[in-house]
Amino acid sequence: MSEQFEPVIIGFTCNWCSYRAADMAGMGRIKYAPNIRLIRLMCSGRLDPTFVIKAFAGGADGVLVSGCHPGDCHYIEQNYKAMRRFYLLRKLLSQMGIEPERLKLLWASAAEGQIFADEVTKFTEEVRALGPLHWNPAAALLAEQTFHQPAEVAA
Amino acid sequence: MTTNGKPKFAMYWAASCGGCEIAVLNIHEKILDVDANFEVVFWPVAMDAKYKDVEAMEDGSILLTLFNGAIRNDENEHIAKLLRKKSQILVAFGSCATEGCMPALANLSPLEEVVSTAFSTVSTDNPNQIRPQPTYTVPEGEIYIPKLYPIVRTLDQVVDVDYYMPGCPPESHQIAAVIDLVIDVLKGKAALPPKGSTIGAGGSTVCDDCPRKRDVKKIKEFKRIQDVMLDPEICILEQGVICSGPATRNGCSALCPQAGSPCIGCYGPAEGVIDYGARLLTAVASVIDSNNPEEIERIIDGIPDPVGMFYRFNLGGSLLRASKAAWAK
Ligand code: SF4
Ligand code: SF4
Ligand code: SF4
Ligand code: FES
Repeated sequence: MSEQFEPVIIGFTCNWCSYRAADMAGMGRIKYAPNIRLIRLMCSGRLDPTFVIKAFAGGADGVLVSGCHPGDCHYIEQNYKAMRRFYLLRKLLSQMGIEPERLKLLWASAAEGQIFADEVTKFTEEVRALGPLHWNPAAALLAEQTFHQPAEVAA
Repeated sequence: MTTNGKPKFAMYWAASCGGCEIAVLNIHEKILDVDANFEVVFWPVAMDAKYKDVEAMEDGSILLTLFNGAIRNDENEHIAKLLRKKSQILVAFGSCATEGCMPALANLSPLEEVVSTAFSTVSTDNPNQIRPQPTYTVPEGEIYIPKLYPIVRTLDQVVDVDYYMPGCPPESHQIAAVIDLVIDVLKGKAALPPKGSTIGAGGSTVCDDCPRKRDVKKIKEFKRIQDVMLDPEICILEQGVICSGPATRNGCSALCPQAGSPCIGCYGPAEGVIDYGARLLTAVASVIDSNNPEEIERIIDGIPDPVGMFYRFNLGGSLLRASKAAWAK
């Protein structure tokens, strides 16, 4: 019997909306997947792509970026900044072999506790389906590597 | 080995192009100061010496070693460890040694693919698909060539490094300044910078040294340099051609943007930057003039190779280091 894979997910939330949505989900005892570790930022615009890359390099299987709905950012339009970085980052990560589905953008207002909880659960299941990422380039150095003669020539 | 009492100097190339060596020779008459103040004990590009000569030296007997090149194979690693042991001061010299540079772009592909590109593409005449073998027996005995590693590493991913000197290659005037500094230290006229420092460069960004005007434009499209007539006064990035100035350490006096060409990032991450590509991506995203997801995606379609663009020199030294295709079996 194989144990179910429990993905590690890092979630960046904005202090004013999505973090409150998560709080609301908690206070309302709304159930959602326990795989996510939330990190609160003042605003999604504070999200330095370094944080996301560091999360993946450090072993995360998925990363959630969340903030106020477009137009509702408390710092005027910083969440649009987050949005532009997000799409570019997702493209860059997919070239590195990190599937686009491992990085999710979610807008959630302070009132949307249920939506936040449902989306986290859905995302957790999507990442679970992708399987572990376990980023570890150094592992390649342990493997014995040499030039290989293509089989048809070696004969 | 004879000794003339002068402090010993060594320079080595691992996975490199030779440009760093040329840059050192390009310091013109200053090279005479090197000769006057140091005994050059090992420098394959400039003098004949054998690895066994280095092996025979006492540990710590070389005062200063400039190490250029990345760690691509077991020979590179062996010499890196050997020179670390023999040297008091080991400098990662140039982009290849400090951050992987061009050799580390191979970290985007599995080793097999790298090897077949070298030995069996259309332009290669190799009808029998011969591959060099790590060992081969000839009548005289067994010979071997260094074994390639699946990913390219920076020098400090292999040994402890005292100082970092960025640049591809480091600018000659910066090399000369570092040599002057070391000579002053020898004469007791100056102190060494703290271990781990970056030397021969500035503490800010290329943008800081660039005279072009910034914060004037945003863009709806990324373009390639050959497809535009650049305005000579305005920031290149704000004209839609990606310029790496915002993420790159200064030290070259913003040579490329001043000559009408974007900075491509050869001086590596600016002070305090943890991941070069993340920083550059942030700057590039900030010039996109759109709040609409579909339009944003269309605009970034104009960057067909984001990793090559954002980590051109820095993939080996980046947080992710190599693509999954390269490291995962
Ligand atoms: S840093 Fe640049 S110039 Fe120096 S060896 Fe590497 S590729 Fe060549
Ligand atoms: S981005 Fe490039 S062109 Fe613009 S200011 Fe910086 S270095 Fe100059
Ligand atoms: S402008 Fe950029 S690419 Fe050009 S020499 Fe300076 S750091 Fe290198
Ligand atoms: S304050 Fe919530 S995204 Fe800016």
